[in-house]
Amino acid sequence: MSLLHLLTLSPFLLAALLPLLGKAVPRLHKGWFAAALSALVFATLLRYLGDIRDGSPIIKSFDWIPSLGISFTVYLDGLSLLFALMITGMGVLVALYSIAYMNAAKESLTRFYVFLLVFMGAMLGLVVSDNLLTLYGFWELTSITSFLLIGYKNEKHRSRYGALKSLLITVAGGLGLLSGFILLYVMSGTYRIRELFEAGAPLMSHPLFLPAMILILFGAFTKSAQYPFHIWLPDAMEAPTPVSAYLHSATMVKAGLYLVARMSPIFSGTSEWFWIVSLGGLITLLYGSVAAIKQTDLKGILAYSTISQLGLIMSLLGLSSLSGIFDGEEQILYAAAGTAAIFHLLNHAVFKGALFMAAGIVDHETGTRDIRKLGGIAQVMPITFTLSLFGAFSMAGLPPFGGFISKEMFLESVIEPLHAGVFGLSTWAALFPIVAWIASVFTFVYSVLFVYRTFLGPRKKPLKNKQIHEAPLLMVIPPVLLAIMALVLGFFPGLVAYSLIRPATEAMIPAVTASGERLPMDLKLWHGLTPALWMTIGVIVVGILLALTAKRWTKVYNFIPRRVSINRAYDISLRFFEHITVRVTSLYMNGSSRSYVKYILGFMLLVLGLILFNSNDVTFRVGAYATIAPYEWVILIGLAAGALAVPFAKSRPVAIILTGTVGYLMVLMFVFLRAPDLALTQMVVESISVTLYLLCFYHLPKLRTERQAVRFRLPNFLVALAVGVLMTLVALTVLGTNPFEPVSDYYVRESYESAGGKNIVNVILVDFRGFDTMLEIMVLGVAAIGIFNMIKLRRKATDVGSRHVSHEGDESEDIAAHFRKAQYEHDGPTTVKAPKEPWIHCVSDLNHDDEENPEDELSDEFEDSESNDSRKKGGDSDA
Amino acid sequence: MEVVVAVIVGILFTAGIYLILTQDLLRIVLGTSLLTHAVHLLLMAMSMLKTGAAPLLGRGKEQFVDPLPQALILTSIVINFGITAFFLVLSYRAYQKLDTTDMERMRSESAKHRGRRR
Repeated sequence: MSLLHLLTLSPFLLAALLPLLGKAVPRLHKGWFAAALSALVFATLLRYLGDIRDGSPIIKSFDWIPSLGISFTVYLDGLSLLFALMITGMGVLVALYSIAYMNAAKESLTRFYVFLLVFMGAMLGLVVSDNLLTLYGFWELTSITSFLLIGYKNEKHRSRYGALKSLLITVAGGLGLLSGFILLYVMSGTYRIRELFEAGAPLMSHPLFLPAMILILFGAFTKSAQYPFHIWLPDAMEAPTPVSAYLHSATMVKAGLYLVARMSPIFSGTSEWFWIVSLGGLITLLYGSVAAIKQTDLKGILAYSTISQLGLIMSLLGLSSLSGIFDGEEQILYAAAGTAAIFHLLNHAVFKGALFMAAGIVDHETGTRDIRKLGGIAQVMPITFTLSLFGAFSMAGLPPFGGFISKEMFLESVIEPLHAGVFGLSTWAALFPIVAWIASVFTFVYSVLFVYRTFLGPRKKPLKNKQIHEAPLLMVIPPVLLAIMALVLGFFPGLVAYSLIRPATEAMIPAVTASGERLPMDLKLWHGLTPALWMTIGVIVVGILLALTAKRWTKVYNFIPRRVSINRAYDISLRFFEHITVRVTSLYMNGSSRSYVKYILGFMLLVLGLILFNSNDVTFRVGAYATIAPYEWVILIGLAAGALAVPFAKSRPVAIILTGTVGYLMVLMFVFLRAPDLALTQMVVESISVTLYLLCFYHLPKLRTERQAVRFRLPNFLVALAVGVLMTLVALTVLGTNPFEPVSDYYVRESYESAGGKNIVNVILVDFRGFDTMLEIMVLGVAAIGIFNMIKLRRKATDVGSRHVSHEGDESEDIAAHFRKAQYEHDGPTTVKAPKEPWIHCVSDLNHDDEENPEDELSDEFEDSESNDSRKKGGDSDA
Repeated sequence: MEVVVAVIVGILFTAGIYLILTQDLLRIVLGTSLLTHAVHLLLMAMSMLKTGAAPLLGRGKEQFVDPLPQALILTSIVINFGITAFFLVLSYRAYQKLDTTDMERMRSESAKHRGRRR
């Protein structure tokens, strides 16, 4: 355990303590705890900045499951540190923002902040893990916390829908990721990322290399909302705005980018990696920017814009992988794409965080996020307007903001492949600048429209007479800080270039530092009249034209029909799978416990039978059996006859008495088999049992007279017979097979020596296996309490069974109803269609109208506990 | 004797399982009793039968039957008694409330009850 481990795990610790802390200081908003912790971790992480800048990563290991080779190794290099700082830095701002945003009176804040802290911890763990399996664990934990946070307002159908969608898609990707990791392990024999880097060429020629790459990219693409897996992100906007700002723009969706960057040293240099990553990113970039224009919800615009920007970074990561196949000058040239990717990653977190918070402020103050209703609020919200402007300009790639620099670098990077001449790029490279330029135009348009339609122009009807004012200070400060940072990153990129961006890029492309040189940084506002600058000027000109005529283009934007969308495919397939699941499940889960017993017996028959059939050690003993005296024959035959007669008994009392006969014959058997204790106990128990049975009949007059034989059923009989035969075979096999020295000799030897008792059976019970006996008494106690409750408790105290919660128009409720219907229809004519409730409610039903209150059984129960105790006392006194 | 006991174990299992698979609650309880007896006999037979005297020291005997299965069975008898009593009271209460001991009818009865109460 090192400081780094502690830092990674500290959010989990606070999450566990938060409910207690909330109780201790109830008046303090719980967001302060989260903000303080994030600030603490952020400040501590800054200490490592010096080491990382000099290019010396920090590695600390902690064995977790050493037998499986799984260790919790923390590895902090430039890439990890950049992400960790982003996670905690944004964490501070989001936590501060949420203090004003989340209403302490209305919502359960403990839940919110526990999820948020767990997410922060998972994200930190994800970026510092050196072990693939630990990374995977944290990866899934981020998916789960994202699910919980999207569904935070769980009373809303849209929230639950969005939460489920994001969970299904990201966890599916996570499973792909796990399979990819396992394939990597199969190929290389290690789960450690560092060791995988060194595996090199033999890995690349392995036949599993491509499947592993595709599976890992599947995971990364689903997490980072790349086309066509992006559909969960817009629905994730149901989460509270701080969550959207934090998880769904700044941090979690970047986990996929992190993974691609992290895995780059392993996969880069192959054409598949280059094409999938860069082309996937490019398509997402274009699709997201076009789709963002159609949105009317502020958060919807930002969601699609996030998708688009993630695509941009993804394509840059793909382009930077070209550096894996070149040397020297050209390698540095293509590595610039990596620098651009990392820098844009940071820029995006900054401006998108600011914009999300601004959208939250607008929503908070006006009550709507619909840009068709908004407009003209710049005068009353000057600060929010300004910071939105900064954020939007940075997003559009306008000077003098940070986004301009990274956008310029992006445009330069997409021109470079024109000269590469590998992977068929000579034919297709022209695609990159064209698509990038078009997407940039659209990005410009939606950025401008975002600000214009929200803040400028005339006030629209719904908000005309509303009193709107600036948000509380605490809500404004975090986005203002981010907006200032967007500006600072534009004017002084050198602040982060050498301390953060360079080490991160070098971690992603280790080849450039192989010769001991450092990657040159070239981040500045003015590059001269490069082709990229001309492209930007073109973007601005065309963008302004499009923005001015935006209304006329609405029809064109809506041209893509909704019916064939990926969302629809998702809905249909989900419904299809649910339907199939219900059908298949109701085939065997028909609600009849007898069927379930049959399944269990059938499975037992299968497994035991197969083992018996297949094992070679099974022998049947011949001869040397104990002899049977004539009177023993009588008992044995009586046992068999009594048991066989029970099912045929027509009336219940006869069945009971026959069972009792079997029990008493067992007593005699125990006597002859030299087991006096058993005989005594069985005698007592059997007497009480039969009395109990008959007492029941005394209180249930109808049952006494009711005569009804068991109808013969062949399937039941066959199952029963098969089990009987199998058990006989097992018994015979056990007789013949005795591979181990019996432990009983020990007890016989030590009974008197160690425990001082002469009755060996009793000594075993109270001494050698004392814990067993104690638990046995507990079982009796539990049974006694159960019986007591059944008899004593009235309905009043347990009337919770009638509570039933249903939501109108709830899809899952309908499915449940359908499921029940299918289940009951299958069950035969005697059943009534009714919702099934947990069995515990049935117990409360039973206590409903209880006239008499028989305590006989109860006292019997206690009697036996006593006799049980006295038996043990006898054992002791023997000693 | 062991072979005969093994056969009887099979018979007890058959009868017990068949009873458990019936629709009558009371017979299901009886079936579990028979199953217990079957298991006890199986445990006894496992260590061979009548290989010595009863496992009581200080009576001048050297050879004893295996005491371990006996200890296990003793535990089993007592626990089985608790469970039988519980089952029995459960079915007794179920009958009081639902007026039947037939498993199938019980389901529909309890569903009706719940419908009335709501």
